[in-house]
Amino acid sequence: MSSKTLFSKILIANRGEIAHRVIRSCKEMGIHTVAVYSEADRESLHLSLADERVCIGPAVSSKSYLNMEIILQAAKETGADAIHPGYGYLSEREKFATLCEAQGLAFIGPTAANLKLAGDKLAAKKIAESAGVPVIPSSRGHVPTVEEAKVVCGEMGYPVMIKSAGGGGGRGIRICEDEETLVEEFPIARMEAGAAFGDATLYIEKFIAEPRHIEFQVLCDTLGHVAHLGERECTIQRRFQKLIEESPSPFVSPTLRREMGEAAMAVLKAADYVNAGTVEFLVDKNGAFYFMEINARIQVEHPVTELTTGIDLVKEQIRLAAGEPLGYSFDDLSIRGWAMECRINAEDPDRGFAPSPGTITHYRPPGGFGVRLDTHLYQGYELPIFYDSLMAKLVTHDLTRLGAVRVMKRALEEFQIEPIKTTIPLYLHVMDDPKFLKGDFHTGFIKRFVQEAADEDED
Amino acid sequence: MSGVFYRSPGPDQERYVELGNVVKKKQVLALLETMKVFQSVKAPVAGKIIEITAENEIPLKDDDLMFVIEKA
Repeated sequence: MSSKTLFSKILIANRGEIAHRVIRSCKEMGIHTVAVYSEADRESLHLSLADERVCIGPAVSSKSYLNMEIILQAAKETGADAIHPGYGYLSEREKFATLCEAQGLAFIGPTAANLKLAGDKLAAKKIAESAGVPVIPSSRGHVPTVEEAKVVCGEMGYPVMIKSAGGGGGRGIRICEDEETLVEEFPIARMEAGAAFGDATLYIEKFIAEPRHIEFQVLCDTLGHVAHLGERECTIQRRFQKLIEESPSPFVSPTLRREMGEAAMAVLKAADYVNAGTVEFLVDKNGAFYFMEINARIQVEHPVTELTTGIDLVKEQIRLAAGEPLGYSFDDLSIRGWAMECRINAEDPDRGFAPSPGTITHYRPPGGFGVRLDTHLYQGYELPIFYDSLMAKLVTHDLTRLGAVRVMKRALEEFQIEPIKTTIPLYLHVMDDPKFLKGDFHTGFIKRFVQEAADEDED
Repeated sequence: MSGVFYRSPGPDQERYVELGNVVKKKQVLALLETMKVFQSVKAPVAGKIIEITAENEIPLKDDDLMFVIEKA
């Protein structure tokens, strides 16, 4: 372990489990920590873990955790020399990274220019294309006539999706398997779009049936060295919110891993990216992959990568932010076993995942071999209504996927959080699902699962 | 359900209803934000709003009163 001090004091501009996570790594590195908290978080555990604490305002996030001025002032007053933004909140705000730099504070994350690019999805897509990485084929702008639609679709190949430029939430989307359906559906889609959104502008995108969501963790130093740390399978999600993640992916072969890893690194190299980042891909059932976006932050699901690589990603972020060289590549790592994460949310899966705040009167966390629990919960803690419903990340590790599933099931059974509703019962069902056990799933998995559970109840 | 009470869909937008308005059954009266999830508060009956007891952007607890509606 290095005895050199990278930073002397880091302010953590976040709350909840990720604040704990960052403070822990700082402690191990001998770095002092400053916690910030809103008035609703006075009883939060991260305050007692940190060396210093500063109240940054009222409960509402826009006045506290998103308040750049007051957070920068807290850093100044406490003499911090760096800020770790965690995920969410200010972590991907270009302006915040710029302000940190202007005040002589290190922003532990990518550069302001990196954040600007990652935040502009079209620009990021262009960078990926320029790096020779496949993106989801789509029409260049709107498609006014059936004749033009035929040409566009002929080039990209069927099936395709007709989408309304003014649409959202899945409305106005029509899937066409072939040219015949396209000719039939196109005029209807135009009429629907006009009626629903007052804008009949249509564009066309290649339809990826039953896709998987697979992302690559990448680290980049300031000297131009780039390494990927393998993939994370994040297909089990609900309305684009991830629920269960694992590493490696049961779908990714060594060849596909090499190809996707190279692609992920190429995107971030082309973007002159610095620090930790994730490149997200959509993968079809034949293994064709398409760039989706860059996540320019530490991600919620980072622990599954840590358990399989043995690398502490938060420490790496701090090291890289201080200008240290990366020093390794994927081939230097010894990837060991299988890791899986379940996001334990205060939500009721039987009632459309409705939020379930309240005071935890009974709390019994799981433990034992192969179990890691990242959480800010304790018995008697009141879950504030102001912040998101993520309460804990239960992460398990074993030599095989089935082993990790078995540890997960055992740990979920041990985990007691009363009286609020949680996603634990849903995950217990998932761990027994034959398709999940086979690794055979796509992004619609939970929808089908919750539906099936509801049908059973009706019987 | 507890949550933060909002009388309009956004800070610069028009309020859903005002005191004295006549509302239909299931008309949206307000929004409630709980753990970053928004749900609409709908009129359980048709009638006239004779009292608005909840304040904009202030958190409410379970069973707190929001509106008093005089049944049509």
